[in-house]
Amino acid sequence: MVVETQTRVYTPAESMVTAAAREIRDGEVVFVGMRLPLLGFLLARSTHAPRAMGVYELGIVRNTPAPEPILTMGDLPNLSRAQWLADTLDVMSLLQRGDVDVGFIGGAQVDRFGNLNTSYIGGVEPGKIETRLPGSGGACDIASLARRHIILMAHEKRRFVPRVDYITSPGFGDGPGWRERAGLPRGGPSTVITTLGVLRFDPATCEMLLASTHPGVSVEEVLANTGWPLKVAPEVTHTPEPTAEDLQILRRFDPHGFWTGH
Amino acid sequence: MTATKLMSLGEAIAEFVPDGSSVVIGAGLESCIPFAAGHEIIRQRKRHLTLVGPISDILFDQLIGAGCVAAVRAAWVGNVITGSGYNFRRAVEGGDIEVEDHSNLTLALALRAGAMGVPFLPTRTALGSDLFSTNPHLTAVTCPFTAERLAAVAAIVPDVTILHVQRADEAGRAHLWGNFGVAREAALASRWVILCAEEIVAAEVIERDPNRVILPGFRVSAVVHVPWGAHPSPVPGHYNRDHGMFLSYQRESKTPEAFAAWQASWVDGVRDRAEYLARLGQERTASLALKHHALSEAVDYGC
Repeated sequence: MVVETQTRVYTPAESMVTAAAREIRDGEVVFVGMRLPLLGFLLARSTHAPRAMGVYELGIVRNTPAPEPILTMGDLPNLSRAQWLADTLDVMSLLQRGDVDVGFIGGAQVDRFGNLNTSYIGGVEPGKIETRLPGSGGACDIASLARRHIILMAHEKRRFVPRVDYITSPGFGDGPGWRERAGLPRGGPSTVITTLGVLRFDPATCEMLLASTHPGVSVEEVLANTGWPLKVAPEVTHTPEPTAEDLQILRRFDPHGFWTGH
Repeated sequence: MTATKLMSLGEAIAEFVPDGSSVVIGAGLESCIPFAAGHEIIRQRKRHLTLVGPISDILFDQLIGAGCVAAVRAAWVGNVITGSGYNFRRAVEGGDIEVEDHSNLTLALALRAGAMGVPFLPTRTALGSDLFSTNPHLTAVTCPFTAERLAAVAAIVPDVTILHVQRADEAGRAHLWGNFGVAREAALASRWVILCAEEIVAAEVIERDPNRVILPGFRVSAVVHVPWGAHPSPVPGHYNRDHGMFLSYQRESKTPEAFAAWQASWVDGVRDRAEYLARLGQERTASLALKHHALSEAVDYGC
């Protein structure tokens, strides 16, 4: 599947990665997750955020793109001339201290308060587990401890549910004040980037709001693919398209379209 | 002169991984995963193991599929590059294995507590999450100094940690470089440690660079020479990640029948790592070799 506009042709994944990259501000310390966020960081670092610093859960801190295309964060080029190679506990401690500005995570199921499930669909008891997913990895830590975090996922009704079956990675729980009561030191989801649009959170209610739809996607289409009556921001816009430069850079880092399917 | 701890992989697994053991295997998360040792565990038909690790790529899935595992204490089980681990999914959904859900940080802290000899460590992660409902070794506590709400993570003291390292001497001292994952915590927390090494080197090579030694040799039980023992995972200074192997494993583990065929071919169908490498072929290993070297400066330990 490709998106074809008057000016450019690109895939929905390229559109998501570009939107993710634009969430990174120059100079920020970024906890980079698996898959699409790997590319999002590389794109941000190569365009508007040349001073962004990447932290990887395997125990890697680096401030330059890997010298060769990588498919996973453990690929050897991602170690080359790193700022720091260390223990997982060291980089997780940076996160716990509050040294990480923004982290990226993906999910299977999300709810209106941005709680994320990557563990169990159905229940947790034997016989009630419909699907066992891989689990937290570092996602729970990023959602608990980063100053803010960004969720990337496919926009489907079965994934956008009123209440997740299991909270792997805490969002805003059941609304305002929940994170503080739980003892979480800071943070919360700032943005959800999906295959259809970009969603943000109402600071007063902590509920997800549709902020923009990707080119060619209508507000109605987003609402129809969300499992609760999604609120729409009064100033809802269109997500800016990837520029020709964005696409050129993305295709350099993902030459075979492994992640973005171009 | 210290007695040699060098033994064959078969001997090391037979002696230090009895049925029912708790085993850390794959402490590097994505790199230096001891696949050769895992495959030997499968060949020796070990049973009722508890696997401990944050993210151990597809090795946990393979051990589960082969019927070696009763329980998993982990943050993530799957195939890093493709997502789901199908044997893990089937085993959990069918109620065949128990799972204790961790995050990477809670697992690293559990092993660090084990390494420190304390019963638990506090953290700010995971509060409010449902990890507490599927992990009896996590609980909320009040800080005795600040009265803040914190999570307490109980120590994990594994029976054995199996690490893959670049080089070791016969006495059990090893150099490991690259990112470490939870290798240090796991090895120091465990009762026994098996080192699988790309190279066995003279004691002097290790002694000349003591900062690079991963743990003191007296904490190591066995040293095994296993070149390419971490394939298809990468080993800094030796070989790159074999992405193709991880991609094809997705298909080869999708059904129990497909996995049985994979196991028959790649594990039970070879006697040891040398036969595995022969099956892999020189062209494949050559394609994974380092394309260029990047040596660091030597450091001066003189006095």
